[in-house]
Amino acid sequence: MRYHLTNKYKAVVIGGSAGSFQGITQILSSIPKDFPLPMFLCLHRLKHVRNGFVEALSIKSNKPVVEPFDKESIKKGGVYLAPANYHLCLELGNTCSLSTEELVNNSRPAIDLTFESASYLYREKLVGILLSGANKDGAYGMMKIKERNGLTVVQDPNDSMINAMPNAALAATKIDHILTVNEIVSFLLELDKVCKGL
Amino acid sequence: MDDNTPDIEITELRRLTQVIKDKYDYEFKDYAMSSFKRRIKRVLDLYKFKNVEKLVNVLENNPDFFDEFVSEITVNVTEMFRDPTFWKVLKEQIIPNILLNHNKITIWHAGCSSGEEVVTMCAVLDEMSALDKAKIIATDIDTAIISKAKNATYSMKNMEVNSKNYAKYQGSRSLEYYYKEVGSEAVIHKSLLENVSYRKHDLVQGTIFSKFDLVLCRNVMIYFNQTLQNNVLNKLHESLFKYGYLAIGSKESLIWCEIANKFIVVNNEEKVYKKIKD
Repeated sequence: MRYHLTNKYKAVVIGGSAGSFQGITQILSSIPKDFPLPMFLCLHRLKHVRNGFVEALSIKSNKPVVEPFDKESIKKGGVYLAPANYHLCLELGNTCSLSTEELVNNSRPAIDLTFESASYLYREKLVGILLSGANKDGAYGMMKIKERNGLTVVQDPNDSMINAMPNAALAATKIDHILTVNEIVSFLLELDKVCKGL
Repeated sequence: MDDNTPDIEITELRRLTQVIKDKYDYEFKDYAMSSFKRRIKRVLDLYKFKNVEKLVNVLENNPDFFDEFVSEITVNVTEMFRDPTFWKVLKEQIIPNILLNHNKITIWHAGCSSGEEVVTMCAVLDEMSALDKAKIIATDIDTAIISKAKNATYSMKNMEVNSKNYAKYQGSRSLEYYYKEVGSEAVIHKSLLENVSYRKHDLVQGTIFSKFDLVLCRNVMIYFNQTLQNNVLNKLHESLFKYGYLAIGSKESLIWCEIANKFIVVNNEEKVYKKIKD
Protein backbone atom coordinates (compact mmCIF):
# COMPACT_ATOMS: atom_id res chain seq x y z
CA MET A 1 0.00 0.00 0.00
CA ARG A 2 1.93 2.88 -1.38
CA TYR A 3 -0.10 5.79 -0.02
CA HIS A 4 -0.77 4.41 3.49
CA LEU A 5 -4.46 5.21 3.30
CA THR A 6 -7.01 4.23 5.93
CA ASN A 7 -10.73 3.64 5.71
CA LYS A 8 -11.58 6.85 7.59
CA TYR A 9 -12.18 8.76 4.34
CA LYS A 10 -15.81 9.48 3.47
CA ALA A 11 -15.65 11.68 0.37
CA VAL A 12 -13.44 12.94 -2.46
CA VAL A 13 -13.52 16.43 -3.99
CA ILE A 14 -11.81 17.12 -7.29
CA GLY A 15 -11.16 20.56 -8.75
CA GLY A 16 -9.88 21.36 -12.21
CA SER A 17 -9.73 24.04 -14.82
CA ALA A 18 -7.92 24.56 -18.11
CA GLY A 19 -6.16 21.38 -19.13
CA SER A 20 -7.95 19.14 -16.65
CA PHE A 21 -10.54 17.50 -18.88
CA GLN A 22 -8.24 14.68 -20.00
CA GLY A 23 -7.15 14.02 -16.42
CA ILE A 24 -10.67 13.95 -15.07
CA THR A 25 -11.90 11.60 -17.79
CA GLN A 26 -8.95 9.29 -17.17
CA ILE A 27 -9.85 9.23 -13.48
CA LEU A 28 -13.55 8.60 -14.13
CA SER A 29 -12.80 5.82 -16.61
CA SER A 30 -10.40 4.11 -14.20
CA ILE A 31 -12.25 4.04 -10.91
CA PRO A 32 -14.43 0.97 -10.42
CA LYS A 33 -18.16 1.09 -10.84
CA ASP A 34 -18.66 0.47 -7.14
CA PHE A 35 -16.15 3.02 -5.82
CA PRO A 36 -17.75 3.56 -2.43
CA LEU A 37 -17.13 7.24 -1.68
CA PRO A 38 -19.13 10.13 -3.08
CA MET A 39 -17.11 12.34 -5.41
CA PHE A 40 -17.73 16.02 -6.00
CA LEU A 41 -16.31 17.54 -9.15
CA CYS A 42 -15.92 21.27 -9.49
CA LEU A 43 -14.57 21.99 -12.94
CA HIS A 44 -14.43 25.41 -14.53
CA ARG A 45 -16.77 25.46 -17.48
CA LEU A 46 -18.60 27.80 -19.78
CA LYS A 47 -21.09 29.77 -17.73
CA HIS A 48 -23.81 29.92 -20.33
CA VAL A 49 -23.70 26.40 -21.68
CA ARG A 50 -26.01 24.38 -19.52
CA ASN A 51 -26.01 21.11 -21.44
CA GLY A 52 -23.40 18.77 -22.83
CA PHE A 53 -20.64 18.76 -20.23
CA VAL A 54 -22.09 16.19 -17.87
CA GLU A 55 -22.92 14.02 -20.91
CA ALA A 56 -19.33 14.31 -22.19
CA LEU A 57 -18.00 13.20 -18.80
CA SER A 58 -20.55 10.41 -18.44
CA ILE A 59 -19.54 8.81 -21.73
CA LYS A 60 -16.04 8.25 -20.37
CA SER A 61 -17.06 7.44 -16.82
CA ASN A 62 -17.57 4.05 -15.21
CA LYS A 63 -20.09 5.66 -12.92
CA PRO A 64 -23.01 7.91 -13.76
CA VAL A 65 -22.15 11.59 -13.30
CA VAL A 66 -24.98 13.88 -12.24
CA GLU A 67 -25.43 17.60 -11.80
CA PRO A 68 -27.27 17.70 -8.50
CA PHE A 69 -30.37 19.71 -7.83
CA ASP A 70 -30.38 22.10 -4.90
CA LYS A 71 -30.75 20.15 -1.60
CA GLU A 72 -30.28 16.79 -3.31
CA SER A 73 -29.17 14.13 -0.80
CA ILE A 74 -25.64 12.81 -1.15
CA LYS A 75 -25.63 9.14 -2.05
CA LYS A 76 -22.86 6.68 -1.26
CA GLY A 77 -20.66 6.41 -4.33
CA GLY A 78 -22.49 9.19 -6.22
CA VAL A 79 -20.50 11.38 -8.62
CA TYR A 80 -21.67 15.00 -8.55
CA LEU A 81 -20.66 17.70 -10.96
CA ALA A 82 -21.11 21.41 -10.20
CA PRO A 83 -23.70 22.71 -12.70
CA ALA A 84 -22.95 25.57 -15.09
CA ASN A 85 -23.22 29.02 -13.50
CA TYR A 86 -23.87 27.71 -9.97
CA HIS A 87 -21.55 27.25 -7.04
CA LEU A 88 -21.82 23.75 -5.58
CA CYS A 89 -21.59 23.49 -1.80
CA LEU A 90 -22.23 20.75 0.72
CA GLU A 91 -24.42 21.16 3.76
CA LEU A 92 -24.57 19.57 7.19
CA GLY A 93 -27.30 16.95 6.85
CA ASN A 94 -25.53 15.58 3.77
CA THR A 95 -27.14 17.51 0.98
CA CYS A 96 -25.75 19.40 -1.97
CA SER A 97 -26.69 23.05 -2.18
CA LEU A 98 -26.39 25.43 -5.09
CA SER A 99 -25.82 29.14 -5.10
CA THR A 100 -25.72 31.98 -7.60
CA GLU A 101 -23.50 34.12 -5.39
CA GLU A 102 -20.88 36.37 -6.99
CA LEU A 103 -18.01 34.87 -8.97
CA VAL A 104 -15.14 33.73 -6.75
CA ASN A 105 -11.70 33.79 -8.37
CA ASN A 106 -13.54 34.89 -11.47
CA SER A 107 -15.36 31.55 -11.46
CA ARG A 108 -18.81 30.14 -10.85
CA PRO A 109 -18.65 27.31 -9.97
CA ALA A 110 -15.66 28.09 -7.79
CA ILE A 111 -13.49 25.26 -6.51
CA ASP A 112 -12.77 27.15 -3.28
CA LEU A 113 -16.45 27.10 -2.29
CA THR A 114 -16.93 23.40 -3.02
CA PHE A 115 -13.72 22.47 -1.20
CA GLU A 116 -14.33 24.73 1.79
CA SER A 117 -17.89 23.55 2.36
CA ALA A 118 -16.87 19.91 1.82
CA SER A 119 -14.10 20.20 4.38
CA TYR A 120 -16.56 21.73 6.84
CA LEU A 121 -18.88 18.76 6.38
CA TYR A 122 -16.32 15.94 6.19
CA ARG A 123 -13.46 17.40 8.24
CA GLU A 124 -10.51 14.94 8.40
CA LYS A 125 -12.47 12.42 6.36
CA LEU A 126 -12.08 14.35 3.10
CA VAL A 127 -9.64 13.85 0.25
CA GLY A 128 -9.08 16.93 -1.92
CA ILE A 129 -7.55 16.59 -5.39
CA LEU A 130 -6.61 19.62 -7.48
CA LEU A 131 -5.76 19.21 -11.16
CA SER A 132 -4.37 21.38 -13.94
CA GLY A 133 -5.62 24.95 -14.27
CA ALA A 134 -4.70 28.51 -15.11
CA ASN A 135 -5.68 30.45 -11.99
CA LYS A 136 -5.48 30.11 -8.22
CA ASP A 137 -8.97 28.78 -7.55
CA GLY A 138 -8.75 25.81 -5.19
CA ALA A 139 -5.69 27.01 -3.26
CA TYR A 140 -7.79 28.46 -0.43
CA GLY A 141 -10.00 25.37 -0.48
CA MET A 142 -6.98 23.08 -0.19
CA MET A 143 -5.76 25.18 2.72
CA LYS A 144 -9.09 24.69 4.51
CA ILE A 145 -9.00 20.94 3.84
CA LYS A 146 -5.51 20.75 5.35
CA GLU A 147 -6.49 22.94 8.32
CA ARG A 148 -9.28 20.48 9.07
CA ASN A 149 -6.86 17.55 8.73
CA GLY A 150 -8.08 16.19 5.43
CA LEU A 151 -5.76 14.75 2.81
CA THR A 152 -4.48 16.99 0.01
CA VAL A 153 -3.34 15.85 -3.43
CA VAL A 154 -2.30 18.00 -6.39
CA GLN A 155 -1.48 17.03 -9.92
CA ASP A 156 2.27 17.23 -10.41
CA PRO A 157 2.93 20.64 -12.02
CA ASN A 158 5.21 18.87 -14.52
CA ASP A 159 2.35 16.55 -15.46
CA SER A 160 -0.16 19.44 -15.73
CA MET A 161 -0.97 21.08 -19.04
CA ILE A 162 -1.22 24.36 -17.14
CA ASN A 163 0.45 24.36 -13.75
CA ALA A 164 -0.73 27.65 -12.16
CA MET A 165 -3.46 25.99 -10.12
CA PRO A 166 -1.37 23.15 -8.62
CA ASN A 167 1.43 25.64 -7.95
CA ALA A 168 -0.93 28.06 -6.18
CA ALA A 169 -2.10 25.24 -3.90
CA LEU A 170 1.49 24.17 -3.23
CA ALA A 171 2.30 27.74 -2.22
CA ALA A 172 -0.80 28.07 -0.02
CA THR A 173 -0.63 24.97 2.13
CA LYS A 174 0.97 21.63 2.90
CA ILE A 175 0.20 19.17 0.13
CA ASP A 176 0.39 15.50 1.11
CA HIS A 177 0.91 14.03 -2.35
CA ILE A 178 2.11 15.52 -5.63
CA LEU A 179 1.06 13.00 -8.26
CA THR A 180 0.73 12.51 -11.99
CA VAL A 181 -2.73 11.62 -13.26
CA ASN A 182 -1.60 7.99 -13.55
CA GLU A 183 -0.56 8.07 -9.92
CA ILE A 184 -3.81 9.76 -8.88
CA VAL A 185 -5.60 6.81 -10.48
CA SER A 186 -3.57 4.28 -8.48
CA PHE A 187 -4.09 6.42 -5.38
CA LEU A 188 -7.86 6.23 -5.88
CA LEU A 189 -7.71 2.47 -6.57
CA GLU A 190 -5.87 2.03 -3.26
CA LEU A 191 -8.48 4.23 -1.55
CA ASP A 192 -11.19 2.07 -3.12
CA LYS A 193 -9.65 -1.14 -1.73
CA VAL A 194 -9.04 0.28 1.72
CA CYS A 195 -12.55 1.69 2.02
CA LYS A 196 -14.04 -1.64 0.94
CA GLY A 197 -11.92 -3.36 3.59
CA LEU A 198 -9.98 -5.40 1.04
CA MET B 1 -10.35 33.92 -1.40
CA ASP B 2 -7.14 34.17 0.49
CA ASP B 3 -7.82 35.43 3.97
CA ASN B 4 -7.15 34.03 7.38
CA THR B 5 -10.16 35.08 9.41
CA PRO B 6 -11.27 32.36 11.81
CA ASP B 7 -14.21 30.12 11.00
CA ILE B 8 -17.65 31.33 11.95
CA GLU B 9 -19.25 28.97 14.45
CA ILE B 10 -22.85 27.80 14.21
CA THR B 11 -23.48 29.03 17.75
CA GLU B 12 -22.43 32.54 16.70
CA LEU B 13 -24.85 32.42 13.77
CA ARG B 14 -27.64 31.28 16.08
CA ARG B 15 -26.99 34.21 18.37
CA LEU B 16 -26.97 36.57 15.38
CA THR B 17 -30.25 35.30 13.92
CA GLN B 18 -31.87 35.45 17.38
CA VAL B 19 -30.87 39.09 17.86
CA ILE B 20 -32.20 39.96 14.39
CA LYS B 21 -35.46 38.17 15.13
CA ASP B 22 -35.90 39.87 18.50
CA LYS B 23 -34.98 43.34 17.41
CA TYR B 24 -36.10 43.52 13.77
CA ASP B 25 -38.53 40.62 13.45
CA TYR B 26 -36.74 39.10 10.46
CA GLU B 27 -36.17 35.35 10.48
CA PHE B 28 -32.89 34.08 9.07
CA LYS B 29 -32.52 30.92 11.13
CA ASP B 30 -33.62 28.63 8.30
CA TYR B 31 -31.37 30.04 5.63
CA ALA B 32 -29.10 27.40 4.06
CA MET B 33 -26.04 27.21 6.27
CA SER B 34 -23.11 27.31 3.85
CA SER B 35 -24.28 30.32 1.84
CA PHE B 36 -25.58 32.20 4.90
CA LYS B 37 -22.25 31.73 6.63
CA ARG B 38 -20.45 33.10 3.56
CA ARG B 39 -22.77 36.10 3.40
CA ILE B 40 -22.06 36.88 7.04
CA LYS B 41 -18.34 36.48 6.46
CA ARG B 42 -18.68 38.86 3.53
CA VAL B 43 -20.29 41.47 5.79
CA LEU B 44 -17.50 41.04 8.34
CA ASP B 45 -14.88 41.59 5.63
CA LEU B 46 -16.73 44.48 4.03
CA TYR B 47 -17.17 46.48 7.23
CA LYS B 48 -13.95 45.22 8.80
CA PHE B 49 -15.78 43.77 11.80
CA LYS B 50 -13.38 41.47 13.57
CA ASN B 51 -15.98 38.85 14.47
CA VAL B 52 -19.69 38.00 14.57
CA GLU B 53 -19.93 39.42 18.08
CA LYS B 54 -18.99 42.83 16.70
CA LEU B 55 -21.67 42.56 14.02
CA VAL B 56 -24.26 41.58 16.64
CA ASN B 57 -23.21 44.58 18.63
CA VAL B 58 -23.61 46.98 15.73
CA LEU B 59 -27.02 45.52 14.87
CA GLU B 60 -28.14 45.87 18.46
CA ASN B 61 -27.10 49.51 18.68
CA ASN B 62 -27.55 50.94 15.17
CA PRO B 63 -30.99 50.25 13.72
CA ASP B 64 -30.00 52.32 10.68
CA PHE B 65 -27.49 49.67 9.73
CA PHE B 66 -30.07 46.91 9.40
CA ASP B 67 -31.31 47.71 5.87
CA GLU B 68 -27.74 47.86 4.66
CA PHE B 69 -27.04 44.53 6.33
CA VAL B 70 -30.02 42.93 4.57
CA SER B 71 -28.78 44.32 1.24
CA GLU B 72 -25.36 42.84 1.76
CA ILE B 73 -26.46 39.37 2.75
CA THR B 74 -29.00 39.01 -0.05
CA VAL B 75 -27.61 37.57 -3.24
CA ASN B 76 -28.36 39.86 -6.16
CA VAL B 77 -26.79 38.15 -9.12
CA THR B 78 -29.15 38.14 -12.07
CA GLU B 79 -29.31 38.64 -15.83
CA MET B 80 -31.89 39.57 -18.44
CA PHE B 81 -33.09 36.45 -20.26
CA ARG B 82 -31.12 34.24 -17.89
CA ASP B 83 -31.74 30.70 -19.20
CA PRO B 84 -32.94 31.77 -22.65
CA THR B 85 -34.70 28.45 -23.22
CA PHE B 86 -36.87 29.09 -20.16
CA TRP B 87 -38.13 32.35 -21.65
CA LYS B 88 -38.82 30.61 -24.92
CA VAL B 89 -41.02 28.08 -23.11
CA LEU B 90 -42.87 30.92 -21.36
CA LYS B 91 -43.47 32.68 -24.64
CA GLU B 92 -44.43 29.68 -26.71
CA GLN B 93 -46.26 27.58 -24.18
CA ILE B 94 -47.05 28.96 -20.74
CA ILE B 95 -48.27 32.48 -21.41
CA PRO B 96 -50.38 31.47 -24.45
CA ASN B 97 -51.97 28.78 -22.28
CA ILE B 98 -52.91 31.30 -19.62
CA LEU B 99 -54.27 33.75 -22.18
CA LEU B 100 -56.32 31.02 -23.79
CA ASN B 101 -58.80 31.19 -20.93
CA HIS B 102 -58.33 34.72 -19.59
CA ASN B 103 -57.85 38.08 -21.16
CA LYS B 104 -55.79 39.20 -18.16
CA ILE B 105 -52.63 37.73 -16.72
CA THR B 106 -51.34 38.38 -13.21
CA ILE B 107 -47.68 37.68 -12.50
CA TRP B 108 -45.61 37.75 -9.32
CA HIS B 109 -41.83 37.96 -9.34
CA ALA B 110 -41.04 36.69 -5.85
CA GLY B 111 -37.50 37.86 -5.12
CA CYS B 112 -37.14 40.27 -8.04
CA SER B 113 -33.65 41.49 -7.12
CA SER B 114 -32.49 44.36 -9.35
CA GLY B 115 -35.36 43.75 -11.78
CA GLU B 116 -33.69 42.17 -14.81
CA GLU B 117 -36.19 39.33 -14.75
CA VAL B 118 -39.08 41.81 -14.67
CA VAL B 119 -37.67 43.67 -17.66
CA THR B 120 -37.34 40.33 -19.42
CA MET B 121 -40.94 39.40 -18.67
CA CYS B 122 -42.24 42.73 -19.96
CA ALA B 123 -40.19 42.39 -23.14
CA VAL B 124 -41.54 38.88 -23.70
CA LEU B 125 -45.12 40.07 -23.14
CA ASP B 126 -44.57 43.06 -25.39
CA GLU B 127 -43.36 40.85 -28.19
CA MET B 128 -46.51 38.79 -27.77
CA SER B 129 -48.65 41.96 -27.80
CA ALA B 130 -49.86 40.95 -24.36
CA LEU B 131 -48.22 43.58 -22.19
CA ASP B 132 -51.44 45.56 -21.76
CA LYS B 133 -53.17 42.45 -20.42
CA ALA B 134 -50.62 41.98 -17.68
CA LYS B 135 -50.54 43.04 -14.08
CA ILE B 136 -47.15 42.38 -12.56
CA ILE B 137 -46.04 42.56 -8.94
CA ALA B 138 -42.33 42.44 -8.18
CA THR B 139 -41.21 41.96 -4.58
CA ASP B 140 -37.98 41.62 -2.68
CA ILE B 141 -36.84 41.67 0.94
CA ASP B 142 -34.14 44.23 0.19
CA THR B 143 -35.31 47.88 0.09
CA ALA B 144 -32.28 49.19 -1.79
CA ILE B 145 -32.54 46.59 -4.52
CA ILE B 146 -36.22 47.41 -5.08
CA SER B 147 -35.29 51.04 -5.75
CA LYS B 148 -32.74 49.75 -8.21
CA ALA B 149 -35.34 47.55 -9.90
CA LYS B 150 -37.76 50.49 -10.11
CA ASN B 151 -35.05 52.65 -11.55
CA ALA B 152 -34.39 50.04 -14.25
CA THR B 153 -31.00 51.47 -15.14
CA TYR B 154 -28.23 48.98 -15.79
CA SER B 155 -24.56 49.17 -16.51
CA MET B 156 -23.80 48.88 -20.23
CA LYS B 157 -21.13 46.36 -19.25
CA ASN B 158 -23.89 43.91 -18.32
CA MET B 159 -25.81 44.44 -21.52
CA GLU B 160 -23.36 42.32 -23.45
CA VAL B 161 -24.31 39.12 -21.65
CA ASN B 162 -27.96 40.20 -21.63
CA SER B 163 -27.87 40.65 -25.40
CA LYS B 164 -26.25 37.27 -25.87
CA ASN B 165 -29.04 35.71 -23.81
CA TYR B 166 -31.61 37.60 -25.87
CA ALA B 167 -30.11 36.26 -29.10
CA LYS B 168 -30.33 32.70 -27.76
CA TYR B 169 -33.93 33.32 -26.76
CA GLN B 170 -34.48 34.29 -30.40
CA GLY B 171 -36.56 37.38 -29.74
CA SER B 172 -38.19 39.19 -32.62
CA ARG B 173 -36.27 42.42 -32.03
CA SER B 174 -32.95 43.32 -30.56
CA LEU B 175 -32.50 44.07 -26.88
CA GLU B 176 -31.52 47.67 -27.72
CA TYR B 177 -35.16 48.28 -28.59
CA TYR B 178 -35.99 48.34 -24.88
CA TYR B 179 -33.46 50.83 -23.57
CA LYS B 180 -31.69 54.07 -24.25
CA GLU B 181 -27.96 54.27 -23.80
CA VAL B 182 -27.06 57.16 -21.49
CA GLY B 183 -23.35 57.41 -20.87
CA SER B 184 -22.25 54.05 -19.49
CA GLU B 185 -25.79 53.03 -18.61
CA ALA B 186 -28.77 51.39 -20.25
CA VAL B 187 -32.00 53.07 -19.18
CA ILE B 188 -35.01 50.85 -19.78
CA HIS B 189 -37.93 52.71 -21.35
CA LYS B 190 -40.45 53.54 -18.62
CA SER B 191 -43.36 52.59 -20.86
CA LEU B 192 -42.19 48.98 -20.83
CA LEU B 193 -42.64 48.77 -17.06
CA GLU B 194 -45.94 50.64 -16.77
CA ASN B 195 -47.86 47.62 -15.53
CA VAL B 196 -45.37 46.66 -12.86
CA SER B 197 -45.67 47.56 -9.21
CA TYR B 198 -42.72 47.02 -6.94
CA ARG B 199 -43.02 46.42 -3.24
CA LYS B 200 -41.07 45.19 -0.29
CA HIS B 201 -42.09 41.72 0.82
CA ASP B 202 -40.40 39.08 2.92
CA LEU B 203 -41.11 35.59 1.60
CA VAL B 204 -40.19 34.04 4.91
CA GLN B 205 -42.53 35.93 7.22
CA GLY B 206 -44.72 37.86 4.80
CA THR B 207 -48.39 37.08 4.34
CA ILE B 208 -50.21 36.05 1.19
CA PHE B 209 -51.32 39.28 -0.48
CA SER B 210 -52.89 38.29 -3.79
CA LYS B 211 -53.50 35.48 -6.28
CA PHE B 212 -51.63 35.02 -9.53
CA ASP B 213 -51.68 33.12 -12.80
CA LEU B 214 -47.91 32.84 -12.83
CA VAL B 215 -45.36 33.03 -10.05
CA LEU B 216 -41.63 33.19 -10.71
CA CYS B 217 -39.36 32.35 -7.83
CA ARG B 218 -36.12 31.36 -9.51
CA ASN B 219 -32.90 30.81 -7.61
CA VAL B 220 -34.38 32.30 -4.45
CA MET B 221 -35.22 29.23 -2.40
CA ILE B 222 -31.74 27.79 -2.92
CA TYR B 223 -30.71 30.08 -0.06
CA PHE B 224 -33.17 28.38 2.29
CA ASN B 225 -32.95 25.04 4.08
CA GLN B 226 -35.54 22.36 3.35
CA THR B 227 -37.83 23.34 6.21
CA LEU B 228 -38.03 26.89 4.97
CA GLN B 229 -38.35 25.78 1.35
CA ASN B 230 -41.44 23.80 2.32
CA ASN B 231 -42.90 26.73 4.20
CA VAL B 232 -42.29 29.18 1.34
CA LEU B 233 -43.62 26.73 -1.24
CA ASN B 234 -46.85 26.50 0.71
CA LYS B 235 -47.18 30.26 0.40
CA LEU B 236 -46.40 30.24 -3.30
CA HIS B 237 -48.97 27.48 -3.77
CA GLU B 238 -51.57 29.51 -1.90
CA SER B 239 -50.74 32.57 -3.99
CA LEU B 240 -51.56 30.77 -7.21
CA PHE B 241 -54.96 30.36 -8.79
CA LYS B 242 -55.85 26.73 -9.42
CA TYR B 243 -54.16 25.77 -12.70
CA GLY B 244 -51.72 28.65 -12.29
CA TYR B 245 -48.03 28.15 -13.03
CA LEU B 246 -44.95 28.19 -10.81
CA ALA B 247 -41.47 28.64 -12.26
CA ILE B 248 -38.37 27.86 -10.18
CA GLY B 249 -34.67 27.79 -11.06
CA SER B 250 -33.44 25.17 -13.51
CA LYS B 251 -31.48 23.38 -10.75
CA GLU B 252 -34.25 23.52 -8.17
CA SER B 253 -36.78 20.76 -7.74
CA LEU B 254 -40.08 20.16 -5.99
CA ILE B 255 -39.40 16.42 -5.73
CA TRP B 256 -38.49 16.52 -2.05
CA CYS B 257 -41.17 18.94 -1.02
CA GLU B 258 -44.30 17.99 0.89
CA ILE B 259 -46.43 19.94 -1.50
CA ALA B 260 -45.17 18.27 -4.71
CA ASN B 261 -48.40 16.30 -5.20
CA LYS B 262 -50.38 19.52 -5.59
CA PHE B 263 -48.44 20.37 -8.72
CA ILE B 264 -47.73 18.65 -12.00
CA VAL B 265 -44.58 19.15 -14.03
CA VAL B 266 -45.28 21.13 -17.18
CA ASN B 267 -41.69 21.45 -18.32
CA ASN B 268 -39.07 19.45 -16.48
CA GLU B 269 -36.04 20.94 -18.21
CA GLU B 270 -37.07 24.51 -17.39
CA LYS B 271 -38.77 23.65 -14.10
CA VAL B 272 -42.25 24.96 -14.74
CA TYR B 273 -45.03 23.48 -12.60
CA LYS B 274 -48.79 23.78 -12.67
CA LYS B 275 -50.96 23.86 -9.56
CA ILE B 276 -53.61 21.16 -9.87
CA LYS B 277 -54.91 20.94 -6.31
CA ASP B 278 -55.86 23.58 -3.76
